[in-house]
Amino acid sequence: MANISIKHLKKVYPKAETATIKDANLEINDKEFIVLVGPSGCGKSTLLRMVAGLEDITEGDLEIDGLRVNELSPKDRDIAMVFQNYALYPHMTVFENMAFGLKLRKVPKNEIKAKVEEAAKILDITHLLDRRPKDMSGGQRQRVAIGRSIVRDPKVFLFDEPLSNLDAALRVQMRAEIKKLHRDLQATIIYVTHDQIEAMTMGDRIVVLKDGNVMQFDTPMNLFNNPANKFVASFIGSPSMNFIDGKIVIEKDTLFISDDLKFSIPKDIEPDMRAFEGKDITFGFRPEYIYDKAIEKNKRLSENMSITVETVEPIGSESFVYFRFKGNPKQRYCFRSNSDHVYQAGDTFNIGVDIDRMRFFDTHSGLRLL
Amino acid sequence: MKAIKLQKIVFLGILGIMTLIYIGPFLFSLSISFNADKNVFDWPIEIIPSDFTLDNYKNVWKDLPFGKWLFNSVFITTIQTISNVFFAALAGFTFARLEFPGRKLIFTLLLSSLMIPGIILLVPKFIVLNELSMINSYGGLILPGLVGVTNIFLMKQFFETIPKDLEQAALIDGCSYFRIFWQIFIPISKPALAAVAIYTFQGSWNEFLWPVIVSYTEDMYTLPLGMASLRHELLTDWPLLMAGTIMISLPTLAIFIIFQRYFVQGVSSSGLKG
Repeated sequence: MANISIKHLKKVYPKAETATIKDANLEINDKEFIVLVGPSGCGKSTLLRMVAGLEDITEGDLEIDGLRVNELSPKDRDIAMVFQNYALYPHMTVFENMAFGLKLRKVPKNEIKAKVEEAAKILDITHLLDRRPKDMSGGQRQRVAIGRSIVRDPKVFLFDEPLSNLDAALRVQMRAEIKKLHRDLQATIIYVTHDQIEAMTMGDRIVVLKDGNVMQFDTPMNLFNNPANKFVASFIGSPSMNFIDGKIVIEKDTLFISDDLKFSIPKDIEPDMRAFEGKDITFGFRPEYIYDKAIEKNKRLSENMSITVETVEPIGSESFVYFRFKGNPKQRYCFRSNSDHVYQAGDTFNIGVDIDRMRFFDTHSGLRLL
Repeated sequence: MKAIKLQKIVFLGILGIMTLIYIGPFLFSLSISFNADKNVFDWPIEIIPSDFTLDNYKNVWKDLPFGKWLFNSVFITTIQTISNVFFAALAGFTFARLEFPGRKLIFTLLLSSLMIPGIILLVPKFIVLNELSMINSYGGLILPGLVGVTNIFLMKQFFETIPKDLEQAALIDGCSYFRIFWQIFIPISKPALAAVAIYTFQGSWNEFLWPVIVSYTEDMYTLPLGMASLRHELLTDWPLLMAGTIMISLPTLAIFIIFQRYFVQGVSSSGLKG
């Protein structure tokens, strides 16, 4: 398998005013499962297609196993790709679809047969080998598309939103299967999705992209707990992180003051926050790390913040409680309650934010300060 | 209910009249071809011949070089059909799928050639072929019809509907562009290819003007030209002429009936449906 090194990669389409990919730098290790995630138009598919060789590289270097492959055609890069709409050859049977790439590489017939049958067994599609794509369901087609890439035993697997045409239940099932496949094949995989849950559950590391820029390249939990900037903080996590714009003011204590609320910065982070006095700061806190002060006694929480519940969305195992701070009835925030306590619209009570999970961002640059 | 019924009757009536206008002359030709009496236009005209015979069909083979004309027509039509299907598909694929400088310009030039009435091109074409010593030869008859711009356009439109992912999957699998064309695009483009084949076959089989200009000896005549040569100022053997005409219209009829599904599919999926 293979390491992939992406150095200062840039993509500008002819006649385009801005670059689709701006200076991407990624070091992908052998056998890693990397997910490219971001909103539509962020350049994630373009980046994947540049690795595949389907898009020319405007600037920078792309290396697979130490070999610069910028100018190599897709077939010479030893990669396999699974497309969103499967891209199976409609006039060929499943067997022929899977065998096609091997035939072109002049692999002996008996070897092709053995490889296809083995891949079919892994993916549980042995009974479909004589069928044509039009006679199969979406899930089956996607398995065949994956099978087609497995038989080639490539250095790198590329997946371009492979599950987005499947229904929700099948997506969850296929997610687990692709993850298992990764374990079994010990392959380097680059996987594109716009679904952050898919990214979080599948990736060893995740690349978050926005407008052609790599916003952060890190493990799922680090993206969640230590986002590098406001964009990552808001993009990763569902419901998304709450943000309040305000200022750091030093009076008797160091305070965070905004239209919504005013609170003292906890003592252990107070020395770091003093440096930002007078600057525009955005306070970020995840719905998961907000607690009802009357219920949660063990955690180290911020001082009381009084809220009024506006609506409650129970989803079974937990509830999303949408609330407003007393200071600003216009802005709405969310907290995730997994306690047995049932909240009602209009309830007023005190919450606290887990001190270790309080995050502060520069309002203008979006970069995380703490 | 009554209004709908009346509407249906009116529609059927209009359709019936239209059908009769189109099919009437053909049925009359068919009737003449079975008539033993040579004076078919004598009053009263017989719609169903009183003196029925199959001799006219036998005489077409016996009295005329029909076999030679048939060979010419089959030979020319076959080559033109195959070459049109191949080159229109190849050019269509190139315009639809390959990026190269001047692609749009060349395609626009090709399309704009459709604006020039074919009749204007007869003289230059003749002069060129004359310079190449191809007058009254198979080369002269075949060469100008080897590929048609309309067919290229039709194939380009069809290939553009094929998802790009398919081509890219093939590239990753290790295909060259020609292999993508030959092994992926051609097999899945049967409806459009059939439409091109049928159009070309029809056009080439029925072509009259160009053979008239380019061939001057009887052995180089095609069937339509051969049949037309039977018309004389004073005496025309109408039953013989009609028997020949009916025979030469049979292949187009048969092909249209057999491939009707492909024909309609090809036209609709290539985006040309009016």
